[in-house]
Amino acid sequence: MTVTLQGVGLTHANGQVALSDIDLTINAAERIAIIGPSGAGKTTLLRLLATSLQPSTGSISLLEQQPWALSASQRQRLRARIGLIHQAPPLPPRQRVVTAILAGKLGAWSLLKSLLNLFYPVDITGAQAALARLDLADKLFERCDQLSGGQLQRAGIARVLYQGPQLILADEPVSAMDPVLAGHTLSVLNNEAAARGVTLLASLHAVDLAMAHFPRVIGVRAGRIMFDLPSDQISPEQLDTLYANEKLQPTPEVITPPPLVVQIPRC
Amino acid sequence: MLKPALRDPAALPRLALALLAIIILWPGIKLSELDLGVLFDAENSKTMGSFLSGFWPPAHDSEFLHILLRATLETLAIATAGMALALLLAIPCGLLASRALSLSAAHRNGRLAWWSLALRWPVRGLLIVLRSVPEVVWALLFVRAVGLGPTAGVLAIAITYSGMLGKVYAEIFESVDPRPARALLVAGSPRLMAFAYGVLPNASAEMLSYTVYRWECAVRASVVMGFVGAGGLGQQIDLSLRMFAGGEVASMLLTFLLLVLLADQLSRLLRARLQ
Amino acid sequence: MKYLLNYSLVALLLASVFASFSYLNIDLTTLFAGDGLSQMGSYASGFFSPDFNASHLRAIGKGALETLAMSSIGTLLAALLGMLLALPAAGRFGLFAMSLSRLLLNALRAIPELVWAALVVLAAGLGPNAGTLALALHTAGVLGRLFAEALENVSDEPAQAIRLAGGGRAVAFCYGTLPEVWPQLIAYTLYRWENNIRMASVLGFVGAGGLGQMLYFHLSLFQEAQAASVILAMLVLVLAVDALSAWARQRWVSQ
Repeated sequence: MTVTLQGVGLTHANGQVALSDIDLTINAAERIAIIGPSGAGKTTLLRLLATSLQPSTGSISLLEQQPWALSASQRQRLRARIGLIHQAPPLPPRQRVVTAILAGKLGAWSLLKSLLNLFYPVDITGAQAALARLDLADKLFERCDQLSGGQLQRAGIARVLYQGPQLILADEPVSAMDPVLAGHTLSVLNNEAAARGVTLLASLHAVDLAMAHFPRVIGVRAGRIMFDLPSDQISPEQLDTLYANEKLQPTPEVITPPPLVVQIPRC
Repeated sequence: MLKPALRDPAALPRLALALLAIIILWPGIKLSELDLGVLFDAENSKTMGSFLSGFWPPAHDSEFLHILLRATLETLAIATAGMALALLLAIPCGLLASRALSLSAAHRNGRLAWWSLALRWPVRGLLIVLRSVPEVVWALLFVRAVGLGPTAGVLAIAITYSGMLGKVYAEIFESVDPRPARALLVAGSPRLMAFAYGVLPNASAEMLSYTVYRWECAVRASVVMGFVGAGGLGQQIDLSLRMFAGGEVASMLLTFLLLVLLADQLSRLLRARLQ
Repeated sequence: MKYLLNYSLVALLLASVFASFSYLNIDLTTLFAGDGLSQMGSYASGFFSPDFNASHLRAIGKGALETLAMSSIGTLLAALLGMLLALPAAGRFGLFAMSLSRLLLNALRAIPELVWAALVVLAAGLGPNAGTLALALHTAGVLGRLFAEALENVSDEPAQAIRLAGGGRAVAFCYGTLPEVWPQLIAYTLYRWENNIRMASVLGFVGAGGLGQMLYFHLSLFQEAQAASVILAMLVLVLAVDALSAWARQRWVSQ
């Protein structure tokens, strides 16, 4: 059992209920897509699993450990085994791609090695291999602010591939890519998960991609799980109820990080 | 497929830069005779300790407080008067040095005629000289020319700060959108009107904010200039330091702290109003 | 209402300017009328024939290098000390450490360089070391405040992401925060360096070495020609540092 959620709910500080009564069991090496209308709580669910948020009710167990019963340093060790792919990868614009990728293993490295890596990349081959799987090897020594939105997302995925976690959580990992590239990128993720026996959870706004790449699909609406089925057993009616009354939404916009503003004092 | 480049291309430049830094740093440390040890040396700390122990309690007899208040007011007055004179010189110089009001540029899409460029250089050169000689040097020179007292301080601030303000004003005039002023110039309005209606509305906020910041600097500078005899708090603290009157020094340092915090608040307030 | 407030603000400013002039008893007309002006002219004329004697130039060269070294080493030390104090001042180690370090930064900043120099000369003796330390102490206060502001304004998402992947606090700072703030830190440090080269050339007035000491010496002996060449050297030094700093800003901050 990689992930177990029992009666998990999350209420934000402003009283808004984001998730309620989530019961979920995920076995090792399962590959699951989370779909649902925007604002349904997909991102919140993934953030809970990434231990970025603490649930207000219920219990959560990840990789046979209770993250919120652990000491801070033990929790950091657990976090090193979980990889979160962000929709807008928070890579510093002025950092080079190679450093940003190698930063994936910071949880596993000693402080000395981490600091040394700032001056000379200690594992160029590893970073290049991770990037090459996403056809980005030529960007190895570029700066992150020179990448397009889709390239940045792929760099974020490469970072998690390099981290090599036992549980991969992906929040809209392909939202800024064109359909062909999105499909290819999802297969890379799925192949990685299958090859290493890693559990993979990805939230997606494109239902067809979810059906095509993932054996199990969870539908989330208004903070609750609507269905949790093998992808070939989901009926069009269930999808219609899941997305009922949703305003027509354009696909999530391409994310480019805001340009860095440097104040230059006049002398 | 190409053979992948697996050496960090930035490694060599970085190494060279680090070596260069060390090569420059070493003589720098030698020349500056840097020795942090003196701060922790037992002998020195004993002398310093006995001097610092005189700091408590800060002097607060009414006579001294009276002197302190007068010196503080004098410092503020020097800064304000100096800034006022500096503005008188800086605004015309800024206008002359800036390309924003060039008639030749107006109908040539921003390119200046050669004589127009040539005319601007003397003004720019003057501003550079004015701002590049430190105000304390000017103060020292003026103390010898006009005698001890606040006048030297006011003149020193006026000269240095007119250079700084003039240069920055010219930069600000050039950084705002040039099209409104150009349109006015081409339509035949006089330059000063083109400035008032075409440039000033866009430039005023930044100009005011910079002026307030410079006033803050002027307060600090007038404190410093007292050391060479240009009046104000600096002159008092120089006297007290020479007499090893720790208590007086302490009260004056506290006054500095208060003054700096006050200037911070005032400039924050003014800038907030200007936004 | 807003206009009224603005106009009264302008009136207040004008009033304070007039109050300043009358408080200081400055009468500029007598200063620039007749006798005063010709006196100043004869004093100034002494400066128009700078002394370019070889031995004097050598002394100036040494003084200039000393001044340059004082300003650069002082600024570097200040950047290190400022960073050390900026971390708690940005609230990274709790409220108590924050208020304590802010108080310290304000105190360092409030005392001008020249006063620091006079104090350090008492403790460390005459010479450029005192000037370097004085610059470092005052500038640490200024830079510490600016650095803390920069640290507060930077987005913490990259650092949070490193924390979520199991990295420690120090590592998250180095990989997540530092890459975003260091251009700003360099911009502030360069700006203070431009300031400090001006300050370093006058710290000698209180015995802290460099060109200032030479200028003070020659002026007190009424050697205007020698003083003029020292002032010229200061001018060149300031312009050189301004140019160097502009180049460094172009190279490491703007792009």
